[in-house]
Amino acid sequence: MRKEFAEAIINLSKSNEKIVFLTGDLGFMALEGVRDLLGEKFINAGVAEQNMATMAASLAYEGFIPFIYSISPFVTLRPYEQLRNDICLHNLPVKVVANGGGYGYGIMGGTHHNIEDIGSMRILPNMQVFVPFTGTDVSESLQEMVNNGSPSYLRLNLASKQENITGFSQWRKIKSSGKPKAIIIGTGTVVDNLFQLSPDLLEALQIWLVSRFPVREIPEELMEDIERTRNVITIEEHQGQCGLNETIASLLLKRLNTPIGYNTLFASGYPSGRYGSQLWHLEENNLAGKNLENKIAEFISKTK
Amino acid sequence: MYKKANAGHVGCSLSCLEMITFIKFELSAAEDELILSKGHAAALLYSVLAEAGMISEEEIDTFYQNGTYLSAHPPVNKIKGIPFATGSLGHGLSIAAGLGLAGKLKKSKKKIFCVTSDGELNEGSSWEAALFIAHHNLTNVVWFIDRNYLQGFGRTEDTMKLDPLDKKLESFGFQVADADGHDFDSLRKAAAQARHAKPLAIICNTTKGKDMMLENTVDCHYLPLTEDDYQQLIKNL
Repeated sequence: MRKEFAEAIINLSKSNEKIVFLTGDLGFMALEGVRDLLGEKFINAGVAEQNMATMAASLAYEGFIPFIYSISPFVTLRPYEQLRNDICLHNLPVKVVANGGGYGYGIMGGTHHNIEDIGSMRILPNMQVFVPFTGTDVSESLQEMVNNGSPSYLRLNLASKQENITGFSQWRKIKSSGKPKAIIIGTGTVVDNLFQLSPDLLEALQIWLVSRFPVREIPEELMEDIERTRNVITIEEHQGQCGLNETIASLLLKRLNTPIGYNTLFASGYPSGRYGSQLWHLEENNLAGKNLENKIAEFISKTK
Repeated sequence: MYKKANAGHVGCSLSCLEMITFIKFELSAAEDELILSKGHAAALLYSVLAEAGMISEEEIDTFYQNGTYLSAHPPVNKIKGIPFATGSLGHGLSIAAGLGLAGKLKKSKKKIFCVTSDGELNEGSSWEAALFIAHHNLTNVVWFIDRNYLQGFGRTEDTMKLDPLDKKLESFGFQVADADGHDFDSLRKAAAQARHAKPLAIICNTTKGKDMMLENTVDCHYLPLTEDDYQQLIKNL
């Protein structure tokens, strides 16, 4: 999504003079065009993310729309207090852009992964979290971020290949089923892996995608689907805590009078202690490939 | 305020009393910004802003009380003259750096005066900001350092040695001036040294809890005023 992101920023900057871009010394082979276009409003703030985040708050206070950019953990967890105190408490429209949420940085290792980003960001006051799915989602997310007047977080990852899924919004029903055996609610590009399931299994699933947090309510159409199917599975390239699972579980608790089948697929970290590509980590965590297939089949059979 | 509220941080305000007064009433134009990075001296800031007519006397009376806007550290988005809540140390100089950068981009004449403690220079973020200000030659930022040699649980030089602070700042790219932080003439002369070839950092030599019975002790960071201390301070004023 880096390419789509750079193109979108260039387009937005051409019509919006308020945009200022700060990077924490990253963007090689991606942000050169942004740098060339923005000139003095493109600032390499150095490997100094705490200062970068607070400076962005000041720039927003002065009327700019600042973007801060780095690898996900470096632009979220490293300057977490700066995001909370200087940006979010003051409700300043700083846009935090994270390359490679989840296991996006693959073999680079655990220091470069971020399976805590959605949770840690969504609990910050006033923060809007954007988790695009496709390449076109990126530019639509950015347009919304620039217009919302709020602190915002954007998680970039490898774009889904489901290019027929368009129209960025918080909730999207992206796959229907005539006789669904489970409703899958997912967030992020990991949802793409569901489309690699065997045809019979995929046919049994209805898939809903969440692309913006915080989530305050479940759409009525989805509630009706859940009441009929009574079997929900969540999937996220994120810790089981604080992300999609707990969001959905807490909302369902308020709405349902009787228990339903409820299972979760999430990133548990590094079960074997070994490292590999993003796909390798997803497979190890039952979020891709045969392991994902087996888990979903198990969840469906268990709740028949 | 402190006596009525039976609040601590008295010594932290007394070390930078003249400094904040000088910045607000002599150095600043209306559009300039004052960032009190050492937010624990908020009571001093509130009283200076009250003197400037930016906080009412009625509001001042609510300091430290339930339901007040005037918390022990400067609040969020509530008081004119306080653009940012501070209190967590090591943020203020970055706030100033960002405001300085914004001023440069907007080609504005606004100046940013930032007051940090010396203890908060333990925070790495302060040095990230210092590097940035110097590298981008943000001469619209003037950095006042309250050099009282005391921090939360000991002396600065016993905790994490800062001296020679002037050499450190010079090596970062600042023009460095020294001042007696309790003397208006000395502060005036130091501020006038700005040559605008480099950003100016003024090391203000101060005494924590100046004129308190607990002067120059860690105790005056935390302990509320005793009646004797209060009477002595009033007498010295």
